[in-house]
Amino acid sequence: MYTAVELGLIYAIMALGVYLTFRILDFPDLTVDGSFTTGASVAAIMIVSGAPPLLSTIAAFVAGLLAGVITGLLHTKGKINGLLAGILTMIGLYSVNLRIMGGSANIPLLREDTLMTPLRENEWLGTWVSIAIFALIAIAVKLFLDWFLHTDMGLAMQATGDNQEMIRSFGVSTDRTKIVGLAISNGFVALCGALIAQYQGFSDISMGIGLILVGLASVIVGQAVFGSRVIFVSTLAVILGAVAYRVFITLALQIEWFDPSDVKLISAVLVILALILPQWKFFKRLPTFSTLKKTKTSAKARGSYVGS
Amino acid sequence: MLEVNDVSKTFFAGTVNERVALDDVSLQLPSGDFVTVIGSNGAGKSTLLNIAAGKLLPETGRVIIGDRDVTKLADHQRAKYIGRVFQDPMAGSSPNMTIEENLAIAYERGRRRGFRIGVTNKKRELFAEELKSLELGLENRLKAKVGLLSGGQRQALSLLMATFSEPEVLMLDEHTAALDPQRAELVSRLTTEIVERHKLTTLMVTHNMEQALRLGNRLIMMHEGRILFDLNEERKSRMTVKGLLQEFENVKGETLNDDRAMLQ
Ligand SMILES: Nc1ncnc2c1ncn2[C@@H]1O[C@H](COP(=O)(O)OP(=O)(O)OP(=O)(O)O)[C@@H](O)[C@H]1O
Ligand SMILES: [Mg+2]
Repeated sequence: MYTAVELGLIYAIMALGVYLTFRILDFPDLTVDGSFTTGASVAAIMIVSGAPPLLSTIAAFVAGLLAGVITGLLHTKGKINGLLAGILTMIGLYSVNLRIMGGSANIPLLREDTLMTPLRENEWLGTWVSIAIFALIAIAVKLFLDWFLHTDMGLAMQATGDNQEMIRSFGVSTDRTKIVGLAISNGFVALCGALIAQYQGFSDISMGIGLILVGLASVIVGQAVFGSRVIFVSTLAVILGAVAYRVFITLALQIEWFDPSDVKLISAVLVILALILPQWKFFKRLPTFSTLKKTKTSAKARGSYVGS
Repeated sequence: MLEVNDVSKTFFAGTVNERVALDDVSLQLPSGDFVTVIGSNGAGKSTLLNIAAGKLLPETGRVIIGDRDVTKLADHQRAKYIGRVFQDPMAGSSPNMTIEENLAIAYERGRRRGFRIGVTNKKRELFAEELKSLELGLENRLKAKVGLLSGGQRQALSLLMATFSEPEVLMLDEHTAALDPQRAELVSRLTTEIVERHKLTTLMVTHNMEQALRLGNRLIMMHEGRILFDLNEERKSRMTVKGLLQEFENVKGETLNDDRAMLQ
């Protein structure tokens, strides 16, 4: 169970990235599946060729930023539907990731010096110490997002996802806020990929497949259970959601009937439930579920026309 | 100062749905002019505003604000000079953000937005001060989400947001039309006060002739993509709603007769 919490806290970084696009920008970004692996492969290839692990992890973050910029450019300048723009980048990245990993589908990191080595050598993994360390990292990312979203630029980004016409009428290029948002989001996703690769001791070409579901599950379940009234609470809810998701999956897999390969189906069902249950009368009466519903109705108001 | 010179706009040009929205329209607003615009549905009023604001690009003609030719600038690039309030009270503010956050966004109109915190205590004081002038008690609800406000409150807030950074031109498109009479009256009064206070150059579209006569110092009537007539302050002050309708019939009749003459 310690391992589940650890993993949940690392994946929370990815979930916070997904929160930024999905909730703040109102942009369902599928780049995530590709950029996660990009982060893992960049970090892995650099580490095996002798680069310092911290530098390799930072490089992974930058690679994620670039992936986000590409999706952003496709969507804004290329005027491609957001969903499709993300899918295009994601699929393109599959080949790019193979190239990064020098043509092999898997790079083992077991004997390499990584960011996890100190934890492993001190036998901190799977204890409260490593949980505390991973929690600090996730909280640092959360606090960064909290701060960023309250800057002038961050407010403009929030408004971009809330009322595009309005924010343009105040002189903001929504193209720019979207590109920056997608970049930061995928930067965190790639950072998460780099950390996961070092944690599990390998990077693999297929490690990002279906990851967007994990992100969505963390965001949706987290906000449904822990609330979403202000950003400070929302981002905390996303972290808790990511941990809850991981614990849930671990528990589910302890049921004998399930196979490890059933994880993706379980995640999909979890997201479906989290999306459908709040629409039922019984759940509408629960206070936290009703806040979820509210975000949805105002999403409709956002489509309101301008001028006449 | 706002200048629209020889602007034409046709929708679906070259198809059966072709629709001339603006036909060689020119309009000059010297600084401080408050012009009300009336005209039937589809007259081209909104199109004129959208072209001036950069939402639509004209086929011909130029748009000049101050001494800058802005014809080629995108809407967000010229937003620095233009404040807008729309007919839909939902359109001018961000529902899931708080009142103070919305005002902070408006406060930075047209400036490069960086990494400074958007809502500071100093700004909060300024916002509260500005909100007091609306007399709606919103100064005590700085942290309330805008989506919770009523249509009238929201439109008053939109008006404040559009104006308090003192844009060179203020454009109002039927901004009181969606409100009940009482709220419409309030927003209409606030408009006069704010325009006077900041001496804003203003273009206001309305279907309410009485309002068009009461507000502003100049009135234009549009019809089928053209400006039918343009009343200066003196003629406007003597004009009545009845007079306007009469004038409309006269001018329309003339153009109709012209058309008939051409057909003969
Ligand atoms: N985006 C558009 N696409 C196609 N046609 C349009 C578009 N916008 C306006 N039109 C057409 O251009 C003409 C002028 O429309 P406009 O909206 O400017 O009229 P208006 O004077 O604002 O009318 P109303 O009083 O009803 O708001 C109308 O015939 C309208 O159908
Ligand atoms: Mg109109």
